[in-house]
Amino acid sequence: MKVLVPVKRVIDYNVKVRVKADGTGVDLANVKMSMNPFDEIALEEAIRMKEAGTASEVVAVSIGVKQAQETLRTALAMGADRAILIVAADDVHTDIEPLAVAKLLKAVIDAEQPGLVIGGKQAIDNDMNATGQMLSALVGWSQATFASELKVEGEHAVVTREVDGGLQTIKVKMPAIVTVDLRLNEPRYASLPNIMKAKKKPLEEKTPADYGVDVSPRLTVLKTVEPAERAAGVMVGSVDELVAKLKDEAGVL
Amino acid sequence: MAVLLLAEVTDGALALDATSKAVTAATQLGEVTVLCAGAHAADAGQDAAKIDGVARVLVAEDPALGHRLAEPTAALIVSLAGDYEHIAAPATTDAKNILPRVAALLDVMVISDVSGIVDGSTFERPIYAGNAVQTVQSADPKKVLTIRTSTFDAAGSGNPAPVETVAMADNPGLSEWVEDKLAASDRPELTSARIVVSGGRGVGSEENFALIEKLADKLGAAVGASRAAVDSGYAPNDWQVGQTGKVVAPELYIAIGISGAIQHLAGMKDSKVIVAINKDEEAPIFQVADYGLVADLFEAVPELEQKLG
Repeated sequence: MKVLVPVKRVIDYNVKVRVKADGTGVDLANVKMSMNPFDEIALEEAIRMKEAGTASEVVAVSIGVKQAQETLRTALAMGADRAILIVAADDVHTDIEPLAVAKLLKAVIDAEQPGLVIGGKQAIDNDMNATGQMLSALVGWSQATFASELKVEGEHAVVTREVDGGLQTIKVKMPAIVTVDLRLNEPRYASLPNIMKAKKKPLEEKTPADYGVDVSPRLTVLKTVEPAERAAGVMVGSVDELVAKLKDEAGVL
Repeated sequence: MAVLLLAEVTDGALALDATSKAVTAATQLGEVTVLCAGAHAADAGQDAAKIDGVARVLVAEDPALGHRLAEPTAALIVSLAGDYEHIAAPATTDAKNILPRVAALLDVMVISDVSGIVDGSTFERPIYAGNAVQTVQSADPKKVLTIRTSTFDAAGSGNPAPVETVAMADNPGLSEWVEDKLAASDRPELTSARIVVSGGRGVGSEENFALIEKLADKLGAAVGASRAAVDSGYAPNDWQVGQTGKVVAPELYIAIGISGAIQHLAGMKDSKVIVAINKDEEAPIFQVADYGLVADLFEAVPELEQKLG
């Protein structure tokens, strides 16, 4: 079974986000970029499936700017067999919307015929949490989001999902689209020899036109601003003072 | 202008708080029709009809709708979508599972986690874990959105709206429910509690978390935890507050032994009053706290619990 893993190049999760003063967005020029952490977990799961003999090939796909090559090289160094880059934007500040990404991934599915797609539940930049669900709708496959456990058993996959209030386990028909949550696994680091080997693995470059997909956005970003700051608070010297403040000043007790 | 709002219905019961908050947002868009779907949803429908601002309630009952599975619920919504310009739901894990699927079936973009409504096609939403707020305008004929309930007040109760039943759409039959393992608790639900008491890595162990729970029970509060505390095994995952956990905005949030990582702040900084208790006076949590107390939590928390008597 071939497993397809979509990976997104995003701002590194350790980098402090800076909103541009003119309101046009978040500054991404000369900022450290990495693979979306949830996608790393998805890729790790696919690689483990290959190591366990459940998967035969792991194909990583990225959609975005040309620099996403680096993200795909990381994927190859972690253990993906080959990679596909769909160059859909020139400017690093252009975010391709989940609907357009889902349409491109559908085209990749049509061409590659994978038995399973595993992706992150959301990207840490736009926080949409939508691509997997949209892709599932477009290809008419089953979907299992927020996965914290994934077992493929023949014609079905049994997936435990992290939902409000606890865990839900569902059984979905294969082929399926699974999106993963934090607790599924702990992704490996790529070793130096594997980073060297990854340079020789195939990385194919495509454009949306190759797949006949229109990636024009449906949403126009009018502005991006810093969140409202909280007014400065006060330090209290004792529990007594705290209780008094909460009762008399804040009125919440 | 009409809005179809998917109510949060779990095992036949309406999640009143989340649904009422979403109703407040939805009434800014047009006349609100609430959809209650489930294996049993008639009672939930009666409850939803009493929310102020609801014009009509649709009840869809079918075994296939019983466990909030995405495919049948999305098919149902799409079958009803023709009459509405907006399709909305509170941004719960269920709705986040279902609505993007609905949007793709309608060939429109979903707008997730809406925190503010500017007009019928213009919405505010947090991005980068709440480190920025984006205003987006949709050019799609239908707008599909999930609503971040923490930024809207709950609608009150009003005269009951009429309730109708609707037929289930074809179930694609792609998935089946196996089991739910929902945490049983007498405490209020984390995202709708008036008070939340949360513990972090500073609490030190699973046993010590009893201190946090005791204070919470004294206050009738829900218990939360930072990701660090969850990852260290001190607290279960469904207690996690933060970007990768739950987003809460109670009237009072008490953060104990929590340093205040960006990812935690993203999940609680809209709380009305924030109290931080930490022995490290440099902890970033004090920058968002209304009241900060530099103290050893093992002394301060029992004292606080006792003095709240």
